[in-house]
Amino acid sequence: MGLNTRQKTRCIALLIFLNHLLNGISLGSVYAIIALGYTMVYGIAKMLNFAHGDVIMVGAYICFFAVSSFSLPPVIGVLLAMALCTVLGMVIERLAYKPLRQATSLAVLITAIGVSYFLQNGAQLLWTSNIKMFPSFFSSQPIELFGGELKVSVAAVVTVAACIVIMLALTWFTGRTKMGKAMRACSEDKSAAQLMGINVDATISMTFAIGSALAAIAGVLFCSVYPTLTPTTGSMPGIKAFTAAVFGGIGSIPGALLGGVLLGVIEIFAGAYISTQMSNAIVFAVLIVVLLVRPTGLLGKQIREKV
Amino acid sequence: MNKLKMSKTNRVNFATYGMVILAYIVLQVMGNAGMLSSTMKGQLVPICAYVAMALSLNLTVGVLGELSLGHAGFMSVGAFAGAVAAAALPIPSDGQRLAAAMVIGAIAAAVMGTLVGIPVLRLNGDYLAIVTLAFGQIIKSIVENLYIGMDTQGLRFSFLENRIVFKDGGRMILNAAMGVNGIQKISTFTAGFILIMLILIVIFNLVGSRAGRAIMALRDNRIAAESVGVPVTKYKLMAFVISAAMAGAAGTLFALGQNTITANKFDFNTSILILVFVVLGGQGNMWGSILAAAFLTILPETPAMRGLADYRMLIYAVILILVMLATNNPTVQDFINANFRKKKKKEGAAK
Amino acid sequence: MSEQKKNSYPKPKLVPVPSTNIIPDRDVDKRPILECRHLGIDFGGLTAVDDFNMAIGRTEIAGLIGPNGAGKTTVFNLLTKVYQPTRGTVMIDGRDTAGKNTVQVSHMGVARTFQNIRLFGNLSVEDNVKIGLHNQMRYGALTGILRLPGYWKEEKVAHERALELLSIFDMQDMANHQAGSLPYGAQRRLEIVRALATNPSLLLLDEPAAGMNPSETAELMNNIRKIRDTFQIAIMLIEHDMNLVMGVCEGICVLNFGRIIAKGAPDDIQANPAVIEAYLGKQKEA
Repeated sequence: MGLNTRQKTRCIALLIFLNHLLNGISLGSVYAIIALGYTMVYGIAKMLNFAHGDVIMVGAYICFFAVSSFSLPPVIGVLLAMALCTVLGMVIERLAYKPLRQATSLAVLITAIGVSYFLQNGAQLLWTSNIKMFPSFFSSQPIELFGGELKVSVAAVVTVAACIVIMLALTWFTGRTKMGKAMRACSEDKSAAQLMGINVDATISMTFAIGSALAAIAGVLFCSVYPTLTPTTGSMPGIKAFTAAVFGGIGSIPGALLGGVLLGVIEIFAGAYISTQMSNAIVFAVLIVVLLVRPTGLLGKQIREKV
Repeated sequence: MNKLKMSKTNRVNFATYGMVILAYIVLQVMGNAGMLSSTMKGQLVPICAYVAMALSLNLTVGVLGELSLGHAGFMSVGAFAGAVAAAALPIPSDGQRLAAAMVIGAIAAAVMGTLVGIPVLRLNGDYLAIVTLAFGQIIKSIVENLYIGMDTQGLRFSFLENRIVFKDGGRMILNAAMGVNGIQKISTFTAGFILIMLILIVIFNLVGSRAGRAIMALRDNRIAAESVGVPVTKYKLMAFVISAAMAGAAGTLFALGQNTITANKFDFNTSILILVFVVLGGQGNMWGSILAAAFLTILPETPAMRGLADYRMLIYAVILILVMLATNNPTVQDFINANFRKKKKKEGAAK
Repeated sequence: MSEQKKNSYPKPKLVPVPSTNIIPDRDVDKRPILECRHLGIDFGGLTAVDDFNMAIGRTEIAGLIGPNGAGKTTVFNLLTKVYQPTRGTVMIDGRDTAGKNTVQVSHMGVARTFQNIRLFGNLSVEDNVKIGLHNQMRYGALTGILRLPGYWKEEKVAHERALELLSIFDMQDMANHQAGSLPYGAQRRLEIVRALATNPSLLLLDEPAAGMNPSETAELMNNIRKIRDTFQIAIMLIEHDMNLVMGVCEGICVLNFGRIIAKGAPDDIQANPAVIEAYLGKQKEA
């Protein structure tokens, strides 16, 4: 589609380009919020929480039922989703991951995959695999720029705004608060942190809580843009957001933002200008190239194995 | 003492061979006597394919110690390469055509394994796992957009759009996301049995040799292995490619036992299913993989379990979590170790 | 390292050429097995090892000592290329190791043990040693899978050689035990056997006596000498047990804050005020 229009006039092509760019940034903002959950957990617990993507799905379902079945206002729905996902994240950590603190990363990863599968299939049993149409919380009337030539959806603006607010809040939290400093200490050296009187278990639990609450927000935002909700809704954005986290540099909050936005833009552009069918494959190819060329990501720091 | 231990490893290996041979003979006799239901008969080839997949993944997970989440991708490559080969090869004998197709499937998957492996194996642990997942998705995307047809001029390929113009009497073999239709079912239980035996021989003999020890050394301690001069990438790649080739052959076996195959059949869920077999059977434990794969493939098909069909994947998820918690929790491990030690002491006392 | 040279090309900083290396007089006519010149590494802004100059004779037993955190293990990691040095050169038997990795350095004849034991824990004791013999075996994977004659021949040789090496520490009876289940002292000894199996010309031992009782340590001392005498190789060891160091080492090098503060024979080192200060702190004039 993009190719054909581009031939008409340069002006329209530019507007279309800008439109894709905005869509990409909006999608990327969702990825960035999800990537935060991965990056914080990876930074502190040194594990890939494979089930993070499925927490997104659970959050979206909770919000969906709160709004459509119980007719609660969307804001309450989001808050409810955040609260329940926080509990879910902490329960998962306590039951499945905490007993494996000393285990190999292979064992932890397999467990996380198990949890991911558990959530997906549990959701399927509870809510069936029928597609739920996620309600639109935002005005469907787009914001018009350039005299109506460029239309920006309200959802996109809200998504980007939410992403920026969350980033600023998290940067403040990890930089200024006692708990945030404890998190950073744990990610550097758990045993040293423990010796300094930091409750490592509580800190890890807190990390999961924050990550899961963010996942709930991401779930609602993602479904506002792509309103088809199924039990597997979370897995693809989950994997892509992990890609984004790695892209930006795992453990780095600005890295998650950068990686998420870049990945979103790449995905939208790949779909628009190369091939819709191959856009996922292209995103994954980006992941592979990034990991090979710069395994520590754009803003990550190198970790040495202690010998 | 040394002789005793040698024979102990060998005992496990021979018991595994024996178990497979016995199962083959029993099922063959039961089949001939008409004691197997038609569902069961129809499951024999898929069971063999899944057993072969589980063994192949166990080489990567149990022996090499790396997690591959894209193993179904190699099965997919083998399935489609084999299906195309079986449709295209002018070999009249079904058995020979199947064998040739399986070799082609294995080679195709091995080539893909090499292409994937060379870049990927520089990574470790979680990153390697996630990249294999990514490759599995890419392979699926490619197959879903690939058109392969054949006319008198030979095979014709097209990607993304179907631009194949047939000369005369041409037909599509692989029709992108629609997959391969009307496959001639030439896979047999005997072929599956032979494949499993060959895979077992390769794995056991590899593990007992210099290369296998090097692979296991990387698993147990990469830095120490490097310090004694074991080249990491070479042996990682070797294990990975052998594993991919086995998955390819298993894919061909599977495909040629179905009427239709689509790329969807070999998605991430299939990779996880095979991982469940390996984890439940025990990492590095070949007979465990065989039993787990066979039972978890038959069980859902038995009438008693039909009612639980909806819960199947949920149960698998719980199995994954519980097995990991049980085998890696320090408390449980101490318990196992205590019992294991006791056994050893008894052996010592017996001597 | 070469970048460093390029950057400072216009105005080279002049540094003293090392001439203070010491080796036993019996090795003086032969090329030293190890020669480090201005070896150094920075981790971020922190200089962990700096200006490390050292030579080891072909049959020397050398000691590397120093307080905790002095950078001793880092030196081993530099020598075996677990870390690539920021500056300086490491020559093994006169050959530069620039650009080489751990595996290649192992092929050049350097073998090591680890402070935090790194065995192949799930494999048998014999297999651990056989992995040390990996590069002395030649048959390929296909020969192994097909069990061709080459497999049987070489495996038999390897089996005998493994038992022979294990017998240095009287461990041949443990050949079939799982390495990870061995007692601590036996694990340390097995690491030495595995390193020896690679047929090294320089053996690096990182705290070989850690966790051993005095009688085990005394036995270890004898064994270190025995290994040197039998294999005619150089041994360099890091150790905190001063009885062992002073008893077995011929040349000792003392490291503090990443720099060498003294080199010499055991008696000189024990009397060296800088060494005493590094270990005990500065003493007030009595």
